[in-house]
Formats: sequence, C-alpha cells, structure tokens
Amino acid sequence: MIVLEKRPQPSQFWSLATPIAAVVATMIFGGLLFAVLGKNPVEAIRTIFWDPLLGEFAFYYRPQLLIKGAPLVLIAIGLSLGFKAGIWNIGAEGQYIIGALTGAGVGLAFYPMESWIIFPLMVLAGALGGWAWAMIPALLKVKFGTNEILVSLMLVYVAEQLLASMSLGLLKNPEGFGFPGSRNLQQYDSAHNAELIAGSGMHWGVVAAMITVIFAYVLLNRHMLGFHIRLTGDAPRAARFAGVNPARLILFCLGISGALAGLAGLFEVAGPAGQISIDFNTGYGFTAIIVAFLGRLHPIGILLAGLLMALTYIGGEIAQSQMGLPAAAIQVFQGMLLFFLLALDVLTNFRIRLKTREVA
Amino acid sequence: MSEMLLRIEGLTKAYPGVVANDHVSFDIAEGQVHALLGENGAGKSTLVKMIYGLVKPDSGRMLLRGKPYAPAEPRAARADGIAMVFQHFSLFDALDVAENIALGMETPPPMRDLARRIREVSETYGLPLDPFRTVGDLSAGERQRVEIIRCLLQDPKLLIMDEPTSVLTPQEVEILFQTLRKLSAEGTAILYISHKLEEIRTLCDHATVLRLGKNVGECVPRETSARDMAELMVGSTLKTPERVAKAPGPVALELTGLSVASPSAFGTALKNVSVQVSQGEVLGIGGVAGNGQDELLAVLSGEIRAPRDAVKLDGKGIGTLGPTARRALGLLSAPEERLGHAAAPDMSLTENAMLTGSVREGLERRGFLKWGAAQAFAERIIKDFDVRTPGPGNAARALSGGNLQKFVIGREVLQRPRVLVVNQPTWGVDASAAAAIRQAILDLADGGAAVICISQDLDELMEIADRFAALNEGRLTAPRPTAGLTIDEIGLMMGGAHGMEVAHV
Repeated sequence: MIVLEKRPQPSQFWSLATPIAAVVATMIFGGLLFAVLGKNPVEAIRTIFWDPLLGEFAFYYRPQLLIKGAPLVLIAIGLSLGFKAGIWNIGAEGQYIIGALTGAGVGLAFYPMESWIIFPLMVLAGALGGWAWAMIPALLKVKFGTNEILVSLMLVYVAEQLLASMSLGLLKNPEGFGFPGSRNLQQYDSAHNAELIAGSGMHWGVVAAMITVIFAYVLLNRHMLGFHIRLTGDAPRAARFAGVNPARLILFCLGISGALAGLAGLFEVAGPAGQISIDFNTGYGFTAIIVAFLGRLHPIGILLAGLLMALTYIGGEIAQSQMGLPAAAIQVFQGMLLFFLLALDVLTNFRIRLKTREVA
Repeated sequence: MSEMLLRIEGLTKAYPGVVANDHVSFDIAEGQVHALLGENGAGKSTLVKMIYGLVKPDSGRMLLRGKPYAPAEPRAARADGIAMVFQHFSLFDALDVAENIALGMETPPPMRDLARRIREVSETYGLPLDPFRTVGDLSAGERQRVEIIRCLLQDPKLLIMDEPTSVLTPQEVEILFQTLRKLSAEGTAILYISHKLEEIRTLCDHATVLRLGKNVGECVPRETSARDMAELMVGSTLKTPERVAKAPGPVALELTGLSVASPSAFGTALKNVSVQVSQGEVLGIGGVAGNGQDELLAVLSGEIRAPRDAVKLDGKGIGTLGPTARRALGLLSAPEERLGHAAAPDMSLTENAMLTGSVREGLERRGFLKWGAAQAFAERIIKDFDVRTPGPGNAARALSGGNLQKFVIGREVLQRPRVLVVNQPTWGVDASAAAAIRQAILDLADGGAAVICISQDLDELMEIADRFAALNEGRLTAPRPTAGLTIDEIGLMMGGAHGMEVAHV
C-alpha cells in the first residue's frame, strides 16, 4: 500500500526539484498527447523548447522571449505577494486591460503634442488604473467580506466590455477609416514604449519586471511587511497576534498586484501591441497565475518560470504553424504544467512510503 | 483480587525515530479501577490505542479472559466488550443526544426504544440526561455523559477513559467518580488515564506508571504519596517552584467594566470584567475551557480592541492599541494554542522569534529586519529555556509540544515584560519542564512584573498564584487570595456543577 507521510518540516530539496520534475513530466505526457494526435512527439517537444532558443530562426524568437516574458513576470510577482498571504487576485487580466486603457488614454489625450513627460505620465496612469480596478474587490472584501476570487474574476469580463466599448467609441482612431481600435502609439514618439536596444526585445516593461523582481525579493526577505505577508499565509491567527492588520494587508496585496498588472498592460499597449483594440488582451493575466505557482511564489523562481512560460507560448506558435498542431493542444500542454506542478508539490510536505498493508 | 480480565504481555510499538511502547506488561482485573500514569509522550495513548484496536502492536500479545485478543479495528474491540471515552468528544452539536448515540451504533434500535434505554442507563448510573436535548446546549460535563452512556449501552467489560476530568469542575469530577465507582462495583473494569495524581489517589485501586514507553513501576495509589508517584513518572526528584513572599507593588494592569463580543460564532463574550494586577503579583484565572479564556487573552494582547479606558497599563488607557503598540509598552502575552497562534508552524524558530520579538528586542530598523539579531535571540531562548531542537533554523512544527511551549514562554519572558499574560502555560508539557516554566513565571514576578496566568490546571494556579479568580460564562469572579482557599470554594467560583444533578447512587 502506498501511504503519504507528513514530513516534520518542508523538504528543501523537493521544493526546488518539483518545478523541474513537473517540466519533465509535462514533456513526457505532452509528447504522448502529440503522438496520439499523430505528430512526432520528439519533434514537437524540440520545436517548443529548442527552436525558439537555438534553432535556425532563433535570432527572431529570442527577443520575443523578453517581450512575452516581461508582462508575465510583472503580473506574477504582484500576484505572488497576495497568494503568499492567502489573498487570491484572479482578475489580473482585468487590471491589465484597465491599466492599458488608462495609460493609453493619457497618451492619446496629449496627441499630437511631443514631450518627454508624456510617457512617465502614461506609466503612472497605467499603474493607477490597474490599482483602482483591484481596489474594487479589495474594498468590497474589507467592508463587506465578499470573496475576492469571484469579484476580481467577474471584473475581468466587465473590463473586456469596457475595452470593446473604448476601442469602438471614445478611443477609436478618428483617422482609422471606421476600423475599431485606437491610434497606433508606435507611431507617436512621446508615447511609444520603444525597444531600448533595437532588436533585443528590451523595452521599459522588461526593465520594470527586473526591478520588480529585486523589489519583491527584498520585501519578502528583508522587510517587516514581507514577513507579515508570509506570516499571514502560514498562520493567519499568528499574524494577527504579531500585530498584522488583515484589512490593510488585503488592500496592500490587491493594490500592488493591480498596479503591476496595470503597468504590464500599459507597457504592452504602448509597445508590442501598439494600440487599444477589441482583442488586445491575450490572457497574460491568467497565465501569470501559472507562472506565479510554477515559480514557487519566489521572485527568482517567477523570473525563470515567466521565461519558461514565454518559451512555451513562442514554441507553441511555431509548432502550430510548422507542424499543424491545434492551438488547443498547446493550451492543454501549458495546463499540464500547472497540473503536474501542483500534484508533485505534495512531495514538499509529504514523503511517499511503500508499506505492506497491516493485516486486518 | 478477582479474576484477570485483560493481560498485556510485552507490547511494543515503534514509530519512526521513537519507540512509543517498549515491552509493556501489566494486568487488569475484573472490576478494577486501574490507572495508567505518565507524562505527555510517555506512551499512554499508544498503549490504549492498541487495546482499542486503533493501532496494531509490533510485537507482544494481549489476553482477554485467558484467550488471545488482537482487535483489528475498534469495532472488533467493542464486540469484545472494550469501550473508550476519548478526551475530545466526537459529537454533533446540531443533533440531539439520542441521535448522536444512534450514529455510533452498528444497528441502532428504533429511536423510541433507544431513548428508553438511554433513560434506563442514565438513571442506573446516576447520569441524568434527557435523550431529546440538543447536544449544542449541553455543558462539557453533560457532553461527557453522552459519551459515557454511549459506551455503557454496549455493556462493556472494560471502559477506557482518556483524561476525563480536564474539562470538568471539581464538583463535576466528584459526580463522575461516583459513577465510575458504581460501575466498578458491578464488575466493569476501568482503565483510567491521567496525570493528575490526587485524582488517581482518590479513585484508583492500582496504578501502572509509564516513562518513555516503558513500564517503570506499579503501585497502589492510596498507599503512595503524590510526590512519590510524580518522581516515578519523571524519573528524578522534582523541584517545587519556590517563591519569596513580598508585598505587591503599585497596580500595573487594570481592567474596568470590560465587555467585548467574541469574534468567533462559538466563542464566549466577556461580560463586565473588572480586575487589577499589581507589580510583583501573579493573578491566577481558572475556569472550565471555553468560558472566555481565549477572548480574555485576545483583549489583553490587542487582537480584540476594547474601549480605551477599559484596559489600563500603568494608569494609561490602552484598550484601542494593537498588539505591536502594546508590546512596545511592555504588555506581552502567550496564547494557549501554540501552533498557528503563538507560533507559525512552517516558519523557522528564528522567524518565530521575530514574530513577537521585533519591537522590544530591536530586531528591525525602519521596517527592515535584522535576521542576525533575530537568530541570536532565538538561540538565547533555546539555551535559556532548554528547548530541545537541532537549531533555530528548524520549523516550529518539528518541535514537540512541550519544547515549543518552552520556546513560546521563553520568547516572552526574555523580553522583560512589565505585564505578562499566559494562557495554559504548561499544557502538554512534561513535569520537569512545567516546573521550569512555573519557576520562570515566579522569577519574573519577583523581578517586579505583573503576571496573569490563565489555566485549567488548578494545582498549578494554587502553586504559583497570589490571588485566584474564575471565569464562568465570560464573567470574572472577584479575586481571592489563594492562601487558605479550599477546592470546594474554587469549584463554586468556577460555577459549581453547572446545574448537573448529583448522582443518585
């Protein structure tokens, strides 16, 4: 009989090894899935994990890694602070959209004026927009005890409706021949989140993501607030005993994750995406949840997990176009990653023992 | 002595890293009240779990009336006439007494017959109980009756009782003992687990003492002094905490007309609590669990806020301050629940030292944490309070209950409090560690601090407290000097028998 035995304390080894084991398990079972679909599993795995980094056209894909990784890391870091404290912001996608709308809105309001101040103002507006959107579930939770998971999630759909309305109405490009979507910010120098080094993929969002990783690391390991966040997640009563004000912590965690998601939205709309359009959001806010857990809610882990996730996005697209793999198969593949991670996570706190069944 | 009922021969059970029972042997005679005595972790629970079929022994055997007895599960044990009343009740609050009893039966009879049988049994044994009352409305003593009657309906040959008096007032204990004596007179053997020596001396015919999983001696409790039994249990001579009598100083902490609601739905609101504690004084607060102890600690630690002047420290109203501000002023506390309240289970001891020590030990500067200083503080606690652990990097949950308790108390005591509030400071701690903790509390008081000790262990309160007050349904009695206070008077302060009828035997 296989039994799980609780470890006296969490295993350091397994807490580092489970993400790697999860990636390996995903490759094996993903490969099986691709084989069942009639594709060569080895080639599919190689296309996803190898080609974007070291394949023939890697020079084109490598910058994409930063472009796709930055918003994931930025959002996931914010989410991880809340997740550590047991505060579940599931609506980063909505905060991402609102951040893009407010940030782009500020930029477009200045059009066609050129000034160095415009981009910083947009950054500020993007962060504030995401923060404000996250304050809705936060205040409702603090005041009325509503469930932040449901409220933040439902607000994603509200944000999507707002996005559609904005790209068809208020922010629609007056010179766009009636097509939905705003002016393209890439063609507006003061508002353009351009690459800092051409062809590198390195834009301000990547810089912001790096700074956030360092900031989060210091916060969690060296600061009282980070200690209180971890304490609340581990033992809420002990946190209260230590003097944590739960309401203030909820406002902080949801606020900061909203602000970072908003920032991610702004950097995306002002850079790689270029404009507000109906299908502006591509699910970064949801994928970031996977990234946060894949990275063990640890800042450095999230950085690595964000890059890995970006890799499967890019590799998945290549596999779709070159091998004709269905998009759904790629999504299943990404989902497997979270599934195996959570399943193998058990090993951090439990050990597996084989033992002969006690005779009845 | 009458016939042998249960013989235990060389029972051994090992868990990874610890031998819980090591060749334990003893006999229980028919109708005997047999005490199983030992400190926490001595292996009492493992032993009775083997008898009740919850755990299978590694080696050794049991004989029931001369025939081999090896229950595979509690059902088999019950079929052989062995019943057990656990320390923690397993009852559903929303159901009535008869429904709760029916739930525990293999083939429950129709409810009307069951109710009749419950009435019969309860009258025979002096345990008045209405089968149709909702369990949620019963007192702890009455809930225990439900568990006992559930066992008695099976007509057991051996009744195992695990620490049955920890939830009872002295009067309720007396009622329970009368019932147990009647059962024993009718031929039911009772295996009585406890570490309360005086109880064992009044009730039991025979005692087996376990220490570190081994049977270290047997005695006839009536003929052995409590001190001798304690030393048998601990294996060394016990040092009784000493204290120097001295006049109390000025008032350190004052509660005036304090009434607060409980944050939890099943908690007890505090009602008009007024009391003063002076510097250098230990105030003992007794009472049956769940009468407002947790709420009193929370309102003193700052987890529950009160009107400003309802709580005064050195004459200054602090009712509205949070835990951190109160710590800065010197009001420290140690809650009852070690894991999850006093300490965070998955965090290291260093992190747990930071948990309450950051303000007074200077472990932070402008919000930035000094982990080196925190580790040094944790090491100091470990050394001064003899916490058995490989080091401060270990998770709190890896410590045994007694060791973690020493850490939690040590953490507060070493911060030089002006007022210290402790709830159940020696609960689940072995006798020598308990003595060390009590001594630390007394030393603290001698150094001029005021101490409030909330405890359900009356012997402990009599030993260390200068004055005694009892919590009963959220109300605090006026404190009385402990010197000269009788156990009867204490019982009445704790609410007497909570309206339970005395056994008619």
